[in-house]
Amino acid sequence: MSRRALVNVLLVLAVVALFAIPLLLDGGASEYGGTDAAVTEDLEAGGYTPWFESVFSPAGEVESGLFALQAAIGGGVLGYVLGRLRGRRLAQEKAAPGSPAP
Amino acid sequence: MHIAEGFLPAAHAVGWTVAAAPFVVHGARAVVREVRENPESTLLLGAAGAFTFVLSAIKLPSITGSSSHPTGTGAGAILFRPPVMALLGTVVLLFQALLLAHGGLTTLGANAFAFAVVGPWVGYGAYRLVRALGGGLLPGVFAGMVLADLATYVTTSLQLALAFPDASSGLAGAAAKFLGIFAITQIPLAIGEGVLGVLLFRVLTVNARPELERLGVLRPAPATTAGGAA
Repeated sequence: MSRRALVNVLLVLAVVALFAIPLLLDGGASEYGGTDAAVTEDLEAGGYTPWFESVFSPAGEVESGLFALQAAIGGGVLGYVLGRLRGRRLAQEKAAPGSPAP
Repeated sequence: MHIAEGFLPAAHAVGWTVAAAPFVVHGARAVVREVRENPESTLLLGAAGAFTFVLSAIKLPSITGSSSHPTGTGAGAILFRPPVMALLGTVVLLFQALLLAHGGLTTLGANAFAFAVVGPWVGYGAYRLVRALGGGLLPGVFAGMVLADLATYVTTSLQLALAFPDASSGLAGAAAKFLGIFAITQIPLAIGEGVLGVLLFRVLTVNARPELERLGVLRPAPATTAGGAA
């Protein structure tokens, strides 16, 4: 494994650790409620009533599915672009083997 | 950072929509111009939009026992300058408002102002500052991503404080309350986003060098021709 690839793997592990360690330390004690929802609860407790409803409110399971869809579209496009760029570089290196990328 | 549908008083909703609209229109023009003048940018533009799309879909747990979204708007702001993100960020918010009941149409202006205008500009400013002080690309990207994220949530807190000042402690008290809900939770998320941004740019510097040089993110490499001053 090249040094560049190793550093990339370590960066991925660092991100995973950043979010996994609080989860592990916590041991399932917290609800992990969203901060957005915390604000609406606070405002409603203060007597505020929203004056407009969402035009479309998916049920819980459908909502998580749609969030997953959003992530999948983003991840898919990102992967497609990065894959194309990498393929382009490899093709260029094959065509002109004299100038390897740094 | 999504202020929920109907949760801003009408005057504030209209005000933020009016404030955000010119940025979004200007951003739409910037995107069209970029694609027309540099069709080869389309791929990277797609990557920048996709990056925000993924990151803002994911709710991540934080040390505070609550969870929140990263924003991912810093990457596109660094690559294509902030106006482009005003459009791309608003598209993301619109998707979430219409399909996910997350955020809303009445609060779209305020959310766009925080997520698609202030965040990208602050992130871009931080990136430029690091580069101007002699920092490398990756430290600049890290600072830009982290601050774009944090600035978005600070803006949301201030917007809420402006709409709901505390009865006794006023604007400052309300700002402290909303920052208390958002800001600390957001710090590890912002750092994680910074690391992901560094990863993205490490991959791009290898595979999209010509684009990054054209966009001015990387200086043209003196590589094989021995003449360029390093």
